[in-house]
Amino acid sequence: MIRVVNVNKRLGDKNVLDNVSINFEAGKTNIVIGRSGSGKTVLLKAIVGLHGIDSGEIWYDRIRFDRLDFRQKKDIRKEMGMLFQGSALFDSISVEENVMFKLNMFTDMSTAEKRKRVDFCLDHVNIKGAHRMLPSELSGGMRKRVAIARAIALNPRYLFCDEPNSGLDPLTAILIDQLIKDITSEFNMTTIVNTHDMNSVMEIGEKVVFISGGRKYWEGANNEILKSDCKPLNDFIFAGEMAKLLKDQSSSTSS
Amino acid sequence: MKVISTIGDYFIFLGHVFRKPEKHYMYYRQTMKEIISLGVNSIGIVLVISVFMGAVITLQTAYNTDNPIYPRYLIGLGCRDSIILEFSSTVIALILAGKVGSHIASEIGTMRVSEQIDALEIMGVNTASYLIMPKIVATVIFNPLLTLMSIIVGIMGGWLAGVTTGVVSSEDFIYGIQFAFIPYYITYSLIKTVVFAFIISSVSGYQGFNTGDGALEVGKASTRAVVYSCVMILLFNLILTQLLLS
Repeated sequence: MIRVVNVNKRLGDKNVLDNVSINFEAGKTNIVIGRSGSGKTVLLKAIVGLHGIDSGEIWYDRIRFDRLDFRQKKDIRKEMGMLFQGSALFDSISVEENVMFKLNMFTDMSTAEKRKRVDFCLDHVNIKGAHRMLPSELSGGMRKRVAIARAIALNPRYLFCDEPNSGLDPLTAILIDQLIKDITSEFNMTTIVNTHDMNSVMEIGEKVVFISGGRKYWEGANNEILKSDCKPLNDFIFAGEMAKLLKDQSSSTSS
Repeated sequence: MKVISTIGDYFIFLGHVFRKPEKHYMYYRQTMKEIISLGVNSIGIVLVISVFMGAVITLQTAYNTDNPIYPRYLIGLGCRDSIILEFSSTVIALILAGKVGSHIASEIGTMRVSEQIDALEIMGVNTASYLIMPKIVATVIFNPLLTLMSIIVGIMGGWLAGVTTGVVSSEDFIYGIQFAFIPYYITYSLIKTVVFAFIISSVSGYQGFNTGDGALEVGKASTRAVVYSCVMILLFNLILTQLLLS
């Protein structure tokens, strides 16, 4: 479990995280939704330690992460995997070397064992025959899948995904969502996904948190979200014409 | 105030760079790649510039000493000392600050902007050390070799220009480059090269590592890397010359 307790963060004179407290549950796909600029990415980067926080606490199970020094954080970071918005694959090395990187750096596995592990991870994300290709030769969806394979190479306990569907067509986005959900349950990870894609929320969000202007407004399960009376959340969800239409239809059916 | 804070930040950055590596083999492999990328790939430009600079130095010396009281072998001597003392260490370092410095800053800056450095950090890698230390080691090892090549090729260029234009005979030139030779000048030149190599790679690495968001920032970091490296090279050229030759 990951716990965020009363976290505050200022960037310049803007309060980007305002007293945020959330429990992210283990073995579940936790989704953070909100508009662009609402503080989702800052929250995620604060949780993984890429951004410092001004006050508050961040806990990984029983370890207070925000108080650890670089070396102590390193031990927890070996158990993290992260999927970045732009994939963040190392562009000068091949797909195979990208997935193998963490194994090379932190394990004493033999080359054969590492290759076997890389094959396992790439098979899991349905990438075949691309071992020798460079990231620049892959499509956006393939890059995301390779990034997921790299993230799970060392069997992480925590998986973080920042806008995993950005720039993908709806079908590929559903595939990536499903992949994240399957991997989370298969490896019993605590997964946190940042998104503003409502399809993802309905498909894979076992726990959903809504933030706006750096504040948490709502949290609950994905089947509760459409019935919520939280105005900022409703404004966000039903911003589009199609969503409004669906809401009108659903309310006329229920009445 | 900002200058003092930047200098302090640079030294803290160097502290991170020279931390114990996570896995020596990975750093060794990275260093070998950097030797090729930053060193071997610079041989061509260094040789071309050295040939022409050697030729120009010879011709300028010849036309400025065109007087019967000056022996012609002074042209060879002048060419040799100019190349060893200043050209092959300082001028080549300034050129490498442009080529290698901008390469390092834009590479690291692009990695920063595309979140590749964040990805490394999440893995638990000491990013400053893994990305910058191999570059510093590679340039500190390879740049002295570039300097030696530049000295040899520069003098050969001088000889070629002198002989083909007829301003000096081959015998006079060769006698000149052997006349009153002080081997310590080579040591002095190599010491300067090592210091300049460190400046180029560490200053450019620092600028790239601290790139802001966006492609424009990568360009700015690259420009800053070249400008600051050049200024530092000129400053340390002065300091080292006073320390080593006085």
